[in-house]
Amino acid sequence: MTTGYQLKRADFIFKNQNDWEEILSKNINRTPQELINELISSELKGRGGAGFPTGLKWKLSAEAVDDTKYVICNADEGEPGTFKDREILSKVPFKVLTAMAVCGHVIGAKEGYIYLRGEYFFLCMELNKAIAEFKFYCQEINFDFTIRIFMGSGAYICGEETALFESMEGKRGEPRNKPPFPSSYGYMGKPTVINNVETLAHTYTIFKYGAKRFYDLGVQYSRGSKLFSVSGDTPKPGIYELELGMSLADFVDEFGDGDTKAVQVGGASGFLVPRKRFNETVIGFQGKLTGISLPTGGSMMLFNSSRSMFNVLDNYLEFFREESCGQCTPCRVGCQQLLNGIKAVKRGEKNARYLDKLLRLAETMQITAKCGLGQSIANSFSSIVENFREEMIY
Amino acid sequence: MEKKIKITINGVTVEIELGTSILEAAHQTGVIIPTLCYHKDLCVAGNCRVCIVEIAGQKRLAAACATPCEEGMEILTNSFKVRNSRKHIIELLLSEHNADCTRCYKNGNCELQKLASEYKIVSQDFIRLAESKNYTIDMFSASIIKDDSKCIRCQRCVRTCAELQGVNALTVAYKGDRMKIATFFEKSMVDVVCTNCGQCINHCPTGALVEKNYIEEVWDAIADKTKHVIVQTAPAVRVGLGEELGYEPGTRVTGKMVAALKRLGFDAVMDTDFSADLTIMEEGTELLSRLKRTLVDHDPTVKLPMATSCSPGWIKYIEHMYPDYLDHLSTCKSPQQMFGALAKTYYAKAHHLNPETIVSVSIMPCTAKKFEAYRPEMHDSGYRDVDYVLTTRELAIMIKQAGIDFMKLDDMHYDSLMGESTGAAVIFGATGGVMEAALRTVYELVTGRNVPFENLNITPARGMEGVKEASIKIENALEEWAFLDGVELKCAIAHGLVNAKKVMDSIRSGESDYHFIEFMACPGGCLGGGGQPIPTSPEIRRKRTEAIYAEDSGMPLRKSHQNPEIIEIYKNFLINPLGEKSHHLLHTKYTTRKRF
Repeated sequence: MTTGYQLKRADFIFKNQNDWEEILSKNINRTPQELINELISSELKGRGGAGFPTGLKWKLSAEAVDDTKYVICNADEGEPGTFKDREILSKVPFKVLTAMAVCGHVIGAKEGYIYLRGEYFFLCMELNKAIAEFKFYCQEINFDFTIRIFMGSGAYICGEETALFESMEGKRGEPRNKPPFPSSYGYMGKPTVINNVETLAHTYTIFKYGAKRFYDLGVQYSRGSKLFSVSGDTPKPGIYELELGMSLADFVDEFGDGDTKAVQVGGASGFLVPRKRFNETVIGFQGKLTGISLPTGGSMMLFNSSRSMFNVLDNYLEFFREESCGQCTPCRVGCQQLLNGIKAVKRGEKNARYLDKLLRLAETMQITAKCGLGQSIANSFSSIVENFREEMIY
Repeated sequence: MEKKIKITINGVTVEIELGTSILEAAHQTGVIIPTLCYHKDLCVAGNCRVCIVEIAGQKRLAAACATPCEEGMEILTNSFKVRNSRKHIIELLLSEHNADCTRCYKNGNCELQKLASEYKIVSQDFIRLAESKNYTIDMFSASIIKDDSKCIRCQRCVRTCAELQGVNALTVAYKGDRMKIATFFEKSMVDVVCTNCGQCINHCPTGALVEKNYIEEVWDAIADKTKHVIVQTAPAVRVGLGEELGYEPGTRVTGKMVAALKRLGFDAVMDTDFSADLTIMEEGTELLSRLKRTLVDHDPTVKLPMATSCSPGWIKYIEHMYPDYLDHLSTCKSPQQMFGALAKTYYAKAHHLNPETIVSVSIMPCTAKKFEAYRPEMHDSGYRDVDYVLTTRELAIMIKQAGIDFMKLDDMHYDSLMGESTGAAVIFGATGGVMEAALRTVYELVTGRNVPFENLNITPARGMEGVKEASIKIENALEEWAFLDGVELKCAIAHGLVNAKKVMDSIRSGESDYHFIEFMACPGGCLGGGGQPIPTSPEIRRKRTEAIYAEDSGMPLRKSHQNPEIIEIYKNFLINPLGEKSHHLLHTKYTTRKRF
């Protein structure tokens, strides 16, 4: 099954962070325009899963006119099968803090927040120590930037950027209508840059080694390296930093247990790729590449032939049914219908053709739901039902 | 001049103002996009997704209510994709909705039902979800029934309670499939800060929130030959009722309404306007007495500003939210309760009736009045002062049930004794009306002259601004009121409890120096009340307001103290405003309530 392409390991993220003071003082003396250009030329895309160009995001917020702006680090790592941000925050917190401060310098923000997932409360104490040390240094070099931690309370939806703002404002975590986007109307209605933990860590790499070094990794449209949280039926689960653009076949060669039936790329809201499509699937952001290119927040779940895909889907849908915020119709009711629907088909209460109706419903959810959560449920639903239809019925 | 942009809707290019939403732009160009969670009174939520439209070049559909138009946008409101998706969404809503339409109180005036019928959702393939959930129906409140099984989670009630009223009795609880609209700790509506204003009912698209109706009880009373059933009608009912019976908003149907009530079999049809005039006499005198005790006697126990007490929603609000300011409330009962107390005393005596046999019904634009009638202190006649309170909507239902062709009725007059009214009483139905009526009487009482406004129209008190201010300088006062000479009487008017909050906070912080404040719980005053016909919108309320002021200016008598029946009741029964009988029958006390 190998294509001859070897998995390319990279080691940037967890490499020492002892030079953060130097990186910080060096970069806050560069002009914002210079930093933005550096980021844009690196072609770094958001590592949370959506893949929005980070340079552009910073640029838009920098251009917004307002006295108060915010930098927010999204550490609400809730996607099933992802566990990389936790590791970054506990191993190299100063990289994230430094990147936030540089971002503050670029866009003109004096305050930054780390929105920490409720379940990561155990990280809080160590992280606060790091923040205190960071603050001390900032004061020393006369750089005005304050970072605080905001603890989430365990809702998956609060990882959605606008729901996260609502949550921080003390309201119910429900996604807002877009437009307006965070770059002009974010936390407290102010221009806000909100980046994933890993994205910020990558900007540190870029500021340290320059855009070229980062750009040289990966393939067209998918530059740089990325952390992958490997789990499921694999002999070596864990976190690995790999260059983007690898084929799934190579990935399975490396991490599979020899009996891999399918891989869930991107967590519950991502796609399930069956064995027959391993060769043509590339892990990276959508672009004009040939073959199927799958973006991911880093979650790679491997399933071997002992797994029932019905149970897998059932599990995902239960998750979504509970974690939908419940405000918009397609997501709230749609999730319940998909879940009850596949169960009814399995029990024989509905005939197999009902699955087609559910597939059409999933498509509707994809184009009508208010936020990314509802829109992405169709990814796993359709890819599982279409590829393992017989497992849904019998 | 706003910047204009060009967009294309369904192939037609139109020019619209920058910043207009797609929904608005479509409506301006004659394209109707269905909506559920959208309401003109409220902020945009964009959560029902019924109003989705296709924008050329975008893979996903956009919610028309929440998406602003951009230059060159090509919008399709009825494409293949839109139609299929919209149908799906309506089907989804129906699968979660207890669609037992024939047994639903809102049958016939339900936005979801209308949508289902327009899109002909006949085959419902999706699995029924409503029946498998253990929904509760909260029927403990005297005013509001909340039935979760009919809720479509559009959050219109939540936004109403927060944005229009600032009460936040209703909010969203839980997430995912368990997400629902709930009160604090899911207590009953009767146990929370709910003011019973009924604005949530007025804004609910389905039957999830409806008023507790007393239609059958009233029919039973009418049928009972041993009972003498009398009815009073509030000022705002006459400008709203027509909407339920085929008239355009803003049509005055006073005479027809009286005729219909007589045909329904009420033994006497009288007017809350009468007791509104009475309220002015009592409240006006109370204001003057408070001013005297403050300015002349320097009595620290007397509280100014004095706040009106006509709106039961407002009363319950202040009892919950500002219990330390209850002394600022006028002790006057609301016109409904004044009428009720007099019906079983003054009226019973005049007609030689045993008060026990009198059933006192009131027709109100209000659901909070239902709660008010049930207050334990409202028993001053020795019986429950008002037995049943019906909303404008319930009256319309009774008229339809009785087979009365409303439009063909000839106008009739109210029965005498408590049926005469003045223009001052009619404007009680609009925001600023109580203030205007009070000033007309108070100013004349103090100076012997008319208020210094053209045609008695105190225009600063009128209009839809949330908080209004008016002031009158008193000059050349009569001898008895000489201490008021040169005093500038400062008044404020707030409607919608969110505005009431602003005024109360300014009093608390000591910023304001008002003497007299009118508070109305509902936007626009009673004419926008929670018991008025559905739908409501700023436009509809404006039309009703115009009708109210037209009714006022058409009246021969326009000052409360000119009402001959008022003069008579003081001569024969009450003797003096704030007298002993008044004190017993027309004034009340307030209760401190908890803030859940």
